[in-house]
Amino acid sequence: MDSRRLPRTVIDPKVRLVGFFTSGDPPPARFNPNTADATAATAAAISSSSQNSDINLTGNSLSPVMIPPLRRMSPRRCDEMQMPIGSYNPSESLLGTSPSRRGINGPDFSEVATSAWLGISGSMKAAASFPGSSGEMMMVGKNGGNALVKNMDTTELAAKTVPGVTEKDGGTLTDMKNEGAGTVRHQKQMTTRAERRAIQEAQRASKAAAMMDEKDGGTRTDIKNEGAGTVRHQKQTTTKAERRAIQEAQRASKAVTMMDGKGGKSIASTGGGAPSISNQEKVLKQSQKKDGPQETGATSEKKVSRNPDKDRKKDIPQPRMQFDDKNRVEKAKRRAVVNQFEARNRVELFRHLPQYEHGPQLPYLESKFFHLDNIHPSVYKVGLKYLSGTITGGNARCQEMLLAFREAIIDYSTPPEKVLVRDLTSKIGSYVSFLIECRPLSVSMGNAIRFLKNRVAKLHHNVSESEAKSRLISDVDRFINEKIIVADQIIVQHAVTKIRDGDVLLIYGYSTVVEMILLHAHEQGKQFRVMVVDSRPKLEGKILLRKLVMKGLSCTYTHINAISYVMHEVKCVFLGASAILSNGTVFSRVGTACIAMVAHAFRVPVLICCEAYKFHERVQLDSICSNELGNPDVISNVPGKEDVNHLANWADHKNLQLLNLFYDATPSDYVSMIVTEHGMVPPTSVPVIVREYGKDQFIF
Amino acid sequence: MPDVQTLVNDFVLKLKRRKIEGSQASAKQTAELLRSVVSQQRLPYINQATVLLDAVRAVGEQLIAANPVELAVGNIVRRILHIIREEDLTSTASAMEGLSLSANSDDDDNYEREDHQALSAAAVAAAARSTLRAPSLQTLLEGIPESASAPHPSSSGGDSEGKSKSAERSSRSKKLKHDVIEAINELIQDIETCHEQISEQAVGLIHQNEVILTLGRSRTVKEFLCAANEKKRSFRVFIAEGAPRYLGHVLAKELVAKGLQTTVITDSAVFAMISRVNMVIVGAHAIMANGGVIAPVGINMVALAAQRHAVPFVVVAGSHKLCPLYPHNPEVLLNDFKSPSDLLDFGEFSDCMDFSTSGGSPRLHVVNPAFDFIPSKLVSLFITDTGGHSPSYIYRLIADYYSADDFVVRRRSTTS
Repeated sequence: MDSRRLPRTVIDPKVRLVGFFTSGDPPPARFNPNTADATAATAAAISSSSQNSDINLTGNSLSPVMIPPLRRMSPRRCDEMQMPIGSYNPSESLLGTSPSRRGINGPDFSEVATSAWLGISGSMKAAASFPGSSGEMMMVGKNGGNALVKNMDTTELAAKTVPGVTEKDGGTLTDMKNEGAGTVRHQKQMTTRAERRAIQEAQRASKAAAMMDEKDGGTRTDIKNEGAGTVRHQKQTTTKAERRAIQEAQRASKAVTMMDGKGGKSIASTGGGAPSISNQEKVLKQSQKKDGPQETGATSEKKVSRNPDKDRKKDIPQPRMQFDDKNRVEKAKRRAVVNQFEARNRVELFRHLPQYEHGPQLPYLESKFFHLDNIHPSVYKVGLKYLSGTITGGNARCQEMLLAFREAIIDYSTPPEKVLVRDLTSKIGSYVSFLIECRPLSVSMGNAIRFLKNRVAKLHHNVSESEAKSRLISDVDRFINEKIIVADQIIVQHAVTKIRDGDVLLIYGYSTVVEMILLHAHEQGKQFRVMVVDSRPKLEGKILLRKLVMKGLSCTYTHINAISYVMHEVKCVFLGASAILSNGTVFSRVGTACIAMVAHAFRVPVLICCEAYKFHERVQLDSICSNELGNPDVISNVPGKEDVNHLANWADHKNLQLLNLFYDATPSDYVSMIVTEHGMVPPTSVPVIVREYGKDQFIF
Repeated sequence: MPDVQTLVNDFVLKLKRRKIEGSQASAKQTAELLRSVVSQQRLPYINQATVLLDAVRAVGEQLIAANPVELAVGNIVRRILHIIREEDLTSTASAMEGLSLSANSDDDDNYEREDHQALSAAAVAAAARSTLRAPSLQTLLEGIPESASAPHPSSSGGDSEGKSKSAERSSRSKKLKHDVIEAINELIQDIETCHEQISEQAVGLIHQNEVILTLGRSRTVKEFLCAANEKKRSFRVFIAEGAPRYLGHVLAKELVAKGLQTTVITDSAVFAMISRVNMVIVGAHAIMANGGVIAPVGINMVALAAQRHAVPFVVVAGSHKLCPLYPHNPEVLLNDFKSPSDLLDFGEFSDCMDFSTSGGSPRLHVVNPAFDFIPSKLVSLFITDTGGHSPSYIYRLIADYYSADDFVVRRRSTTS
């Protein structure tokens, strides 16, 4: 079986990337492994796409669609699935899993793969030079084990040689100061099949457990249960201590890779497992973990034992405030900072959404600037900007909010006799409710807030205030960097491959990512024409049009009604999104659905460019249940057209309503592809991404 | 006739400058102009119909060329040509009856015989034409009694043959012209009253608490909705404002004045709102023979959204908008472009355009089309002044109004 397939000399980048990747693309960003620390942030964003390690990728990266494998399966099925791995030459199977190492050298898959391979075959230098690549080595060990299992079944000889290699090299590795090597070394002691299986199961279990730790809501009860079950199942084969050790080691390795180099914190979590691992390794570990406090392991264990039912309930997204519920509206009003007045001529269909007079809030809030002590000035400022509409767009709003929170955290000091974690959480809560009063939250903001609150809750009470603050600040910085800035860069890299010379691209509204894509393609010297479609009342297209024309792109400008006319010549439609919901619905600027629909009718592909942090597990079928209403007055007056003033005193007619919707929901069948930093995926993969990466977003 | 020619020139100029708004106005004015053309046309004794047809065709060609996009003009020209043919046919038929009577009475009259032969040739041609034209219930019902009951002057065959014949001829020539003008008057009246006839059907189509969506402003739609409102139906109307002219605002104002529950939405919110709409009612610019519709820009988007949500898409239009042509690439060939200043103010982007480097061609284009084409499969129903019709029936409806010879309006070349 082994001889059938020779070890490859040319190593394809065996990347598990969910979705659609063009052939011959350069990897999103190419880095030297030695600069891994500096680029860790990017790496984390990318390589989070490659977390599954149970199945080796037999396909290559050129295949257009890679189906994300099952992550958690029953032991039997797991074995079946791993058959091909075992039957491969071990070195190849090792190669295949190399990208499953998380976080560190993400983008440079081919190089890492090479180095891993080299490492196994003798010279371990490359692998050893990665700080904290234990996750990878863990997987290496594991798959080596699988190979062994298979080989034992088939040929005795192969079985002997394969573990031999692993053992020897693993040993070298351990000597060479890498922590991950310890795991490999540890693993090679397992010789019986049952034990090997046990490790595997333990890994899976621990992974599930780790997921449980880190996520805020807790959908993963089923997973957890399974994990627990498998652990129980193997009780006869391994001792409890051993199992615990493996589990801990797993968690540690996972945490290390996630930490992107800077955190001694999560390395510390291996503390529980260290004693049972070989002495040599233990020494190594302890020497490393000194620089970090030990609370992570403790908290995670505590959380694992939470009631699964509770977790499940928590995971259902909170129902939104319904404004046709009088009691709740009254209650909310009493708490409110901003005085809201019910708008006249409210649209009956949208009673459940806030419809307030626009205009009086801003001067009111401005006058109260010095009286609202409980709200940090920077948050206040951002709130006013939301209200006045100077900041729009999911990314900008989210970024501004996080920066304001950052300021607030910097200036924060725990009041006496209060716990930082609780007090800061409630503080953030009050800021958020203030911002909601100014303007309802976008999904991106909601996700960011969830992340921040989660980080605050994760703080251990032992941590000093300054330490906690600096951690939170770095968390916020990292969120902005990874989820917005770097993610946008990767999306641009992906989407630019879809632009070819002579194309006519249609864009609608103003999306920063789409703008970046067009400008990048233009910088690359691609010759294309842009159709800028615009609609009232925001006319954001004009802003974008100005920017594009300034840069020298040739543009065509039109309004949304003419979409059927211009769609004939359009090659591809690029759209942004405010949020992508779990059923594939794209929630975006009103009009996006019209554009997508007409494009669909004309058989023009629709690409939605959206960062993965805007994905949400909520579902929505129409644009009415949850939406946002803007100021109706902007509909009645058309700027630049003085003769269109038929609706000047519209509010005096009680039968007349003006509806200024902000968003609409594009059904998923109009969307050809969603471009995220995780790759280009069909809309049906959105729930997968939400499930696989959504929870991971909050693990750092 | 110089005075007719000046009228025609004035009208051509107006059409060219797009001074006439709306197909109803242009249809009516075309009919009025052609009526004066017919009334001033001096007719010879023989081949009166041909002369009249040629005169109308000559004027019609100019009018159509002046604004080929305004299909109502062409429609009216064809309608009037059809009217002339019909009237000619009826008078010929009645003449034939009279001739056969007179031929029986005195066979020896050569002139009469010649005339008879000539007329019979014309009758054969007319019969051939009528067989070419699909038989219609209308012609069956209208044609037979008229010819049967028409009292014929020549039936009184007597001694003073020549005298009576010339009197008969002059009366016939007058009769043809008179009939044609009468029919044109009827047509003009039809155009004027088409709204009432259409809106009579409103109650049968709109139920209580219905939610109706429309885009832009169409007078027919307004009358339709108001008529239903007057019959004490209470329903709600969503009006998409209809960029770039925002006539939806005008319609909203008019409907609110009539006491209708009205909500104005932006054009971009059409897809968002269509899921709560029971029916889409829009006006049209023209209805093509294949059931496709040329309508103000943006309506194709509405039609697609309505199709997605299985909302009935109803087009209300007077029969003067029925066009006997089959469209080919109508989005481009039957479209008109409005001024870019509707979208961008003049010189708004001149500051950021570098004319020196772009090699003469501007980097910024502004597209502002006037019309959309809606394929027939997106239309659920047409409401015309003759009742409701499905898109597949339109070709048949057209056969009632137009004769197949007139689909291409072109002056006969001088050689023939």
